[in-house]
Amino acid sequence: MATSTLPARGDRKVSSSILLKTIMAASGLFFIGYLLLHMYGNLMILSGREAFDEYAHHIRTFGEPMLPEKGLLWVLRIGLLAALVAHVWSGMALWRRARGARSVRYVKKRAGYGNFYAAAMRWGGLALLAFVAFHLMHFTWQTVTIGEAHASPAARVIDSFSHWWGVGIYALAMFFLGMHLLHGIWGAAMTLGLNTSLRRAEQIRLTSIVITTIIVVGFLIPPFAILFGLVD
Amino acid sequence: MKLALSIWRQDNPKVPGRMVRYDIDGVSEDSSFLEMLDLLNEQLTEKGEEPVAFDSDCREGICGTCGVVINGEAHGPERTTTCQLHMRSFKDGDEIVIEPWRADPFPVIKDLVVDRSAFDRIIAAGGFISANTGSAPDAHATPVPKEHADRAFMAAECIGCGACVAACPNGSGSLFMGAKITHLGELPQGQPERDARVAAMTHQHDAEGFGGCTNLGECTRACPKGIPLNVISQMNADLRHAGYGR
Amino acid sequence: MTDMLIDGLYREGEPIADTKAPDVADISQMWTERKFDAALVNPANRRKLDVIIVGTGLAGAAAGATLGEAGYNVKSFCYQDSPRRAHSIAAQGGINAAKNYKGDGDSIHRLFYDTVKGGDYRSRESNVYRLAEVSADIIDQCVAQGVPFAREYGGLLDNRSFGGVQVSRTFYARGQTGQQLLIGAYQALERQVGAGTVQMYSRHEMLEVIVVDDGDGQGPRARGIIARDLVTGEIETHLADVVVLATGGYGNVFFLSTNAMGSNVTAAWRAHRKGAYFGNPCYTQIHPTCIPQTGEHQSKLTLMSESLRNDGRIWVPKRAEDCEKDPRQIAEEDRDYYLERIYPGFGNLVPRDIASRQAKNMCDEGRGVGPAVDGVRRGVYLDFADAISRLGEDAVRSKYGNLFDMYERITGENPYQVPMRIYPAVHYTMGGLWVDYDLQSTIPGLFVTGEANFSDHGANRLGASALMQGLADGYFVLPNTIRDYLAKGPYPKLDESHPAVVEAQRSVQDRVERLVSVNGTRSVDSYHRELGKIMWEKCGMERTDAGLREAIEEIRALRQDFWTNVRVLGTPEGLNQSLERAGRVADFLELGELMCIDALHRRESCGGHFRAESQTEDGEALRDDDEFAYVAAWEWGGDGGAPVLHKEDLVYEHIELKQRSYK
Ligand SMILES: Cc1cc2nc3c(=O)[nH]c(=O)nc-3n(C[C@H](O)[C@H](O)[C@H](O)COP(=O)(O)OP(=O)(O)OC[C@H]3O[C@@H](n4cnc5c(N)ncnc54)[C@H](O)[C@@H]3O)c2cc1C
Ligand code: HEM
Ligand code: HEM
Ligand code: SF4
Ligand code: F3S
Ligand code: FES
Repeated sequence: MATSTLPARGDRKVSSSILLKTIMAASGLFFIGYLLLHMYGNLMILSGREAFDEYAHHIRTFGEPMLPEKGLLWVLRIGLLAALVAHVWSGMALWRRARGARSVRYVKKRAGYGNFYAAAMRWGGLALLAFVAFHLMHFTWQTVTIGEAHASPAARVIDSFSHWWGVGIYALAMFFLGMHLLHGIWGAAMTLGLNTSLRRAEQIRLTSIVITTIIVVGFLIPPFAILFGLVD
Repeated sequence: MKLALSIWRQDNPKVPGRMVRYDIDGVSEDSSFLEMLDLLNEQLTEKGEEPVAFDSDCREGICGTCGVVINGEAHGPERTTTCQLHMRSFKDGDEIVIEPWRADPFPVIKDLVVDRSAFDRIIAAGGFISANTGSAPDAHATPVPKEHADRAFMAAECIGCGACVAACPNGSGSLFMGAKITHLGELPQGQPERDARVAAMTHQHDAEGFGGCTNLGECTRACPKGIPLNVISQMNADLRHAGYGR
Repeated sequence: MTDMLIDGLYREGEPIADTKAPDVADISQMWTERKFDAALVNPANRRKLDVIIVGTGLAGAAAGATLGEAGYNVKSFCYQDSPRRAHSIAAQGGINAAKNYKGDGDSIHRLFYDTVKGGDYRSRESNVYRLAEVSADIIDQCVAQGVPFAREYGGLLDNRSFGGVQVSRTFYARGQTGQQLLIGAYQALERQVGAGTVQMYSRHEMLEVIVVDDGDGQGPRARGIIARDLVTGEIETHLADVVVLATGGYGNVFFLSTNAMGSNVTAAWRAHRKGAYFGNPCYTQIHPTCIPQTGEHQSKLTLMSESLRNDGRIWVPKRAEDCEKDPRQIAEEDRDYYLERIYPGFGNLVPRDIASRQAKNMCDEGRGVGPAVDGVRRGVYLDFADAISRLGEDAVRSKYGNLFDMYERITGENPYQVPMRIYPAVHYTMGGLWVDYDLQSTIPGLFVTGEANFSDHGANRLGASALMQGLADGYFVLPNTIRDYLAKGPYPKLDESHPAVVEAQRSVQDRVERLVSVNGTRSVDSYHRELGKIMWEKCGMERTDAGLREAIEEIRALRQDFWTNVRVLGTPEGLNQSLERAGRVADFLELGELMCIDALHRRESCGGHFRAESQTEDGEALRDDDEFAYVAAWEWGGDGGAPVLHKEDLVYEHIELKQRSYK
């Protein structure tokens, strides 16, 4: 006998979308914490080369002799890597799911927030991934150099950002980061269940704007300061 | 009014569909969008062409039966249901593209009619309070503080139309589901099953093939009842409380 | 039965009586007695008993959930894509219950009294008493399910007074009471679907009831239905031990009504043709506060809650020449606040039938306002200017904001600035399949609940009592009475090859094929509109002997034309909405005639039925208790035959018969 109350589509073992989202939110927030620290470190350069080099040295020897050299750094690195894998993997899983939920597209689409999101989170996220790879090659592995190779971290930074295109690359990355964070912080709060009233929603929106601005401006100060010759 | 319509025509779920253009004249500004389609159908019938199938029942914005995507917007340009959208919102000579809700868990049955029984299955999975008939205590036995009652009511206004899914770029049914979870979760009667409910409903939602919510807010913009996004956040919080159903 | 045709239209048969209400002197013990007498069904046997419930409105969903919970094997049907969309969802105002939470002197007896009086003494005392008795349980049940009724700051439920009664007994959930109650029942039903006790068949339309004599000497019984799967077009047979119809009202016979597009009489009518008597078909309720028709394109009328009459003042211009003017330009002394003038005691709060009829009178006099449709302006002003200046716009907005918004959306006019225009519209049908105290029709095994039966509202229904009846029937009455019937089951196993089953299946198939093969020139809707016009003009708010006779002729001619000239495109396979509508209109074309015959034979005015020939000197309805204190139960007379009238005398032992007066 036919019935049009269709049976549920196969009870495939799916991990909850909300769980995936929570993983994204947690890893994303971890990134933000790291970025705030990193930003603080970068701002050291405004106090001069020695201060910055000292700081670069310090994070490598932090906790010695309890921790081996670069101990803290490795803890951070492993954490970051794990978070990145989790973040990217769940992002991709959700992306795939979303495509599967609308295999036939609309002929006519409304220009809307969804487009901004796709640009900022999915493509923007990939752009960030590319940036991180580039960034590691640039400053950590030093396989890419802007200007000349230097032994001192401060010198590397200052040389790199004395070139307008070096600043340009980082500024572009900060643009993507800003977009990603603007929605990301709001989203993380939603996902973690913090938005429970219209007033809360407004607070969360403000918070995401403030944190994003702090991070983007904080990161951009050193490169521009260097470009304009304010750091020697 | 004279209008150029492009309408999705599809004979049944198994054959591919296509957009077909119809020109229609003599549409009254006072008619509703569906009455405009009625008029088109009368004209098609006269010409011996099969009328366009679309769903509607109450035609007063409460049953949730109607719903098409109009120029890329679920239920069209105003925040209301398709049946309550009036032709005043359009101009003479407009081109209007009309498509069905698009989501794989809502397969097209014919033309603009889709199967939304996935929503019923989400409710059947846990969207209720188990109160057997005749076993209820006196209605005044449990007072409900007004703010809880009001929030429950706000969430209970959902009419199950599916516009949230149609509008969500991820094809997610989170607003619909969040509304029910918030409605029942705000009330003292809803507490005993609160954890089980959210776990079962979200599980069914995912099993039906809806996408995950990424907090885009398109759904609430399209929702004719203005269900706010915070019901989704509430659902997320409840699911965390329920240990993600594990 | 007399062989003689009365009025050339119908015959009169044996009287009929309800035999199920226990014969106890104390009406308050009757229901307790009946529940006790009804046989029990062993829980282990319930699974073996199949119950078909057609309809998922308040009456159907509540019954489905309750019987499912009890462990019966339930199959539930609705024509919409989901049970949650039944038209109960559209009810706005509220639901009555004799809780007396306000301590203002309400009681079961008062609700009983108000309902009988409101029904203009044309309902059965026993049924109405029971309705009032179980009303309180409904509220408890709904609150337990999480229905978000309006509450006060203290957290307790709020009540309002509704429809001119003197006590506050109406529970409400803003303007969405029906929706919230239905969603509660729907969720309870889905819970059973999840539990596997209820099987849901949505997008299925019942087209025939299967009545079988299985040779056990008990005579023919309802044993199943034929339904069309509206998606695949398949004609399906569903067999069961008992069939319940909860298929709602038939107001759509008027084409324009506040009912949903799909509301129909098909299920009830098919049962009628199979032997179920139809009670009081002519009793329809016209609701006074609807948004007027604006033109020919219109597909339905929208109700606005009656609560608007609490603060709005109804008027028309004194002079017909003013009718085209902007209402704000008409001076106070040129306005006729006609309800306040004619009924100084009740003013704008007179009962629905009176408010409706007076609006019609004003428009018939040429003093209607708004756009003219077919040359007549059909609308009167409902003016909030006084309320706005008295209470302030904000207070009015907080009370009626959503209704005002809805009005503006539909009409494009801002009611805060320009008075609203309203006009009566068909809203509810008190008539329906005749049932006994057990809610069983004259076909054994066929039970009828909710608006589909005729039982509780007499000739006029009070506001907020249809929801009460639907849920009373569904949660509390039917589950108890049907037990008595089921206890005698399971009935002999029935095979799909039984001749009666095959016959039912074939007749549906034939009918469907006939509809698509007429292939004429007129659309289904054009017939429906025409039928609606006839019904509205001649069997609407005011009926006359001559008008009804004309209507009968016109309907017969229209029906003839329909079957030779209707155009239904597409095939019977798959979704075909014109075909669905055609089947419904075909049944309305038969029902319309019976309604007119019923209206014609009832030469009194009562409740929603106003016969121009029966009025007092000052134009008020005049009831005739000597001749007409009975229920008219009509038996199908066969195609082309004359219907047969069976009278059920109404005896009032607990309430004294009085002529209503609101002056
Ligand atoms: C606009 C409006 C406002 C109202 N406001 C109020 C109010 O404030 N208070 C009040 O008390 N009452 C009100 N009423 C009346 C009340 O809502 C109805 O009388 C009541 O809800 C009817 O419930 P029901 O369960 O009998 O039928 P419905 O809710 O109409 O359900 C009918 C069911 O039967 C199914 N069905 C019908 N035919 C078939 C078929 N052939 N095959 C399969 N399934 C079928 C439908 O799918 C549906 O599920 C209002 C009515 C309207 C129209
Ligand atoms: C490196 C590659 C990255 C990719 C591909 C990526 C991708 C995404 C995507 C697709 C989302 C949306 C997930 C969703 O809402 O469903 C997201 C969310 C988020 N991302 Fe990233 N991201 C990347 C890096 C980062 C970085 C470096 C940060 C930190 C600064 C970050 C922080 C966040 C946050 C906070 C969220 C919100 C989580 C939520 O909505 O719950 N992401 N990311
Ligand atoms: C203008 C902006 C930035 C500047 C000037 C900057 C500068 C640097 C420098 C100098 C280092 C090397 C530190 C060292 O080896 O001691 C470094 C490392 C790193 N940066 Fe940045 N950075 C910027 C933005 C970012 C952003 C936006 C991210 C992440 C999305 C990021 C992620 C990292 C990571 C992961 C490392 C490697 C840390 C390690 O050694 O493990 N940086 N950055
Ligand atoms: S949440 Fe809004 S859009 Fe979604 S189903 Fe409910 S009413 Fe429709
Ligand atoms: S649009 Fe979709 S992504 Fe979430 S917030 Fe709404 S369901
Ligand atoms: S038809 Fe009921 S909401 Fe539009």
